[in-house]
Amino acid sequence: MDLSYSAEYEAFRKEVQTFVQENWTDEDRNSAPPPDPRSITFGTLIRTDERATKFRIKAAERGYLYRHVPKRYGGGEQPFDPLKSTIISEELRRSQAPGELMGQGASMLVPTLVEHGTEEQKEKFVRDTLLGKIRWCQGYSEPGSGSDLASLRTRGVLDGDFWVINGQKIWTSNADTSEWMFCLVRTEPEAPKHEGISYLLIDMQTPGLTVRPLRQMTGEADFNEVFFDNVRVPAKNIVGKRGQGWVVSRSTLKHERALIGNSLLSRRTLDGVIMLAQALNLRGQPAIKDPAIRNKIVELETKVLANEYHANRLLTMQARGEEAGIAGLVAKLYGTMLGYDVAKLAMDMLGDRGMLAPGEPSAPAMGMFLTAYMWSLGVLIAGGTANIQRNVIAERGLGLPRDQAASRK
Amino acid sequence: MDFGLSEDQVLLRQTIRRFLDEQCPTSRVRAIMESDSGHDTTLWQGLVDLGVTGLIVPAAYGGSGLELLDLVLAAEELGYAATPGPFLGSSMATVALMEGGDAAQRQRWLPQIASGKALLTIAFGEADSQWDPRAFTTKASGGKLNGEKPFVPYAAIADALIVAAADDDGPGLWLVERGAAGIETTSLTLVDMTRRVDGVRFKDTPATKLGGDRAALQRTIDAGCILIAADAYGGSRRCLEMAVDYAKTREQFGQIIGAFQGVKHQIASLACEIEPSLALYWYAAHAFDRIRDQSPRHAALVKAHMSDLYDRATRDSTELHGGIGFTWEFDLHLWFRRAVFDRSFLGEAAVHRARAADLAGW
Ligand SMILES: Cc1cc2nc3c(=O)[nH]c(=O)nc-3n(C[C@H](O)[C@H](O)[C@H](O)COP(=O)(O)OP(=O)(O)OC[C@H]3O[C@@H](n4cnc5c(N)ncnc54)[C@H](O)[C@@H]3O)c2cc1C
Repeated sequence: MDLSYSAEYEAFRKEVQTFVQENWTDEDRNSAPPPDPRSITFGTLIRTDERATKFRIKAAERGYLYRHVPKRYGGGEQPFDPLKSTIISEELRRSQAPGELMGQGASMLVPTLVEHGTEEQKEKFVRDTLLGKIRWCQGYSEPGSGSDLASLRTRGVLDGDFWVINGQKIWTSNADTSEWMFCLVRTEPEAPKHEGISYLLIDMQTPGLTVRPLRQMTGEADFNEVFFDNVRVPAKNIVGKRGQGWVVSRSTLKHERALIGNSLLSRRTLDGVIMLAQALNLRGQPAIKDPAIRNKIVELETKVLANEYHANRLLTMQARGEEAGIAGLVAKLYGTMLGYDVAKLAMDMLGDRGMLAPGEPSAPAMGMFLTAYMWSLGVLIAGGTANIQRNVIAERGLGLPRDQAASRK
Repeated sequence: MDFGLSEDQVLLRQTIRRFLDEQCPTSRVRAIMESDSGHDTTLWQGLVDLGVTGLIVPAAYGGSGLELLDLVLAAEELGYAATPGPFLGSSMATVALMEGGDAAQRQRWLPQIASGKALLTIAFGEADSQWDPRAFTTKASGGKLNGEKPFVPYAAIADALIVAAADDDGPGLWLVERGAAGIETTSLTLVDMTRRVDGVRFKDTPATKLGGDRAALQRTIDAGCILIAADAYGGSRRCLEMAVDYAKTREQFGQIIGAFQGVKHQIASLACEIEPSLALYWYAAHAFDRIRDQSPRHAALVKAHMSDLYDRATRDSTELHGGIGFTWEFDLHLWFRRAVFDRSFLGEAAVHRARAADLAGW
């Protein structure tokens, strides 16, 4: 255990700091355009304006951003080194400089294309996606296929040089604001369910494609329904071979990088909770003096710390080339349950004011706690529900038997 | 930046594990548990020979000169195996001497601890004191102690006790040797039969003051908290493993119970809580060794966290075993009992959470 960085890494940190100072000025920092609702992902604002784009291009050229992506597609092209990646994101965050884009495109589509895409696909999409010029949505879930994704039924039939798509996707985040969709479609109806799926890239402007926003329980509409009525997609827009879509879509799992971000999120809510408890007056004294509240805050702070240290342990395992095993499988469930517990504590402290809707001017912290409280449910479901995570931990992590139904083809 | 164990540490843990697998099966645990002293000198000597009592003792005093992060690995394995014996009190006494003893006191005792010639323990906690040294009432004056320590690990067999007492300068540490005048020891029956605790009364008992750092008293309690957390982690892991093994073999309704999703999810939820705690207790030990200003708070946090979790692990595992889990014959209650000890000794969860809140200045 050595939490300091070696001289080599400290030198690297200096280098990054100098780069950021020279290329991200106070003026850059302070000239953020008014927030574009389209660039908000899970409540965090990410800049994609001119200045931010210029900085990202330079940073990628220096090898500081998108390190797993080749230079010729706009990446940083560096050997895998999670410690350097951590230093870079720490330094960018410290200076509020633009970091890697985290959306579906940069973190899911790009790694998939780099691994499985044709030269033409990489040329056409990767660079612009990394700069936020092309935005992507993920067309996986369907009304009849959520957890059991491989049962999906949206059909693709080859007609000359085009796939003709019919069917429906649902819960598609940002479909209304994206230029392109990566989509799973059944192209081999006779094959076993996992082997009959293809991975297609679909232009959202194609005739026959309709997007209908769905309003969430939060009141906003980030996700959508997408309908396909004889949508014609060029045959060359397939990634991987026919029937390999399932395998292609799984390749992003290797690039799971959200772990650190995940622990940052609950840390931020907890810091908010502590500030709230100091500011809030309960029966004549700050809420944080209340023994029950103190106890609960400390209990949750301990779990937030465990979550952070666990992320560091995983990082070290990665750096050493060790298999993470069950340690890697518990991260999503632990983090999302914790996010709920922390947000709920804030709600409990707010008492009557907890009822105030986000947007109501007198709502504490602009309704941030209520938003976190509601979104803690969204993230529990999105990307594999809690029950599915428990299945994965039990089956892959502990070697318990697979679900009968789930293992049937 | 490396958040993990070194090769030597992994090896150390494996060595202790292998030794306990061979030398400390639950049949032996039970035999020791049912013996009068609760102490098996052969098993203890085996641990001494592996270097366990000398791990953190500086090389100049015949030890390995390692740190708490190494010692907690031993604690984890002892917890995993439910090993009976005086490890905790002995380790805390070692910390107390290293941090609170003067050169002569260290020279006198540390080599004997490392070689297993002497067994020391600590006499700190008092009734209703919640392990806050400011609340201890045992008094020292004129080289004599007066007071009562109701929960002293293995006092009956210890060669010396390190006692927390107050003189005009406030709380500090004193050393009392075996056979000193005015000691009265009463043995207690604990729920956890793998760890013995005696009540000790001092009446004008001759004692020598430890001449080193005054902070040693709280530092020793903090080390104890982290050692207990490691023990609880090891025990929790064992309970989880037992549940998984049982779920893979026990059949009901024509299938192994591990095929029922209710069973799988109960086990997975437990694993999800246990897994991240490993990094937490490592960090607490590392902070004790290297990041001193963070150490008291992390010791408090991890003691509270792990005692809650150990309680849950023993309960879930017992429930998952059905009727057999509730029997005396089946071994699970050994860990259940240890969880009760780990929860109560050195202060329960609420005490440490209140301390952590105070330390944050809230
Ligand atoms: C905020 C949000 C954003 C999303 N964004 C996208 C997106 O951009 N693109 C996209 O494709 N999808 C998206 N989704 C969809 C998401 O992936 C699915 O909702 C999720 O996989 C669950 O599928 P489902 O809704 O059909 O629920 P179901 O699969 O019907 O599940 C219903 C309940 O049954 C349980 N269940 C199902 N199977 C099992 C099993 N084998 N064992 C135990 N319990 C089981 C589930 O845990 C759940 O509690 C999003 C969802 C949300 C909430």
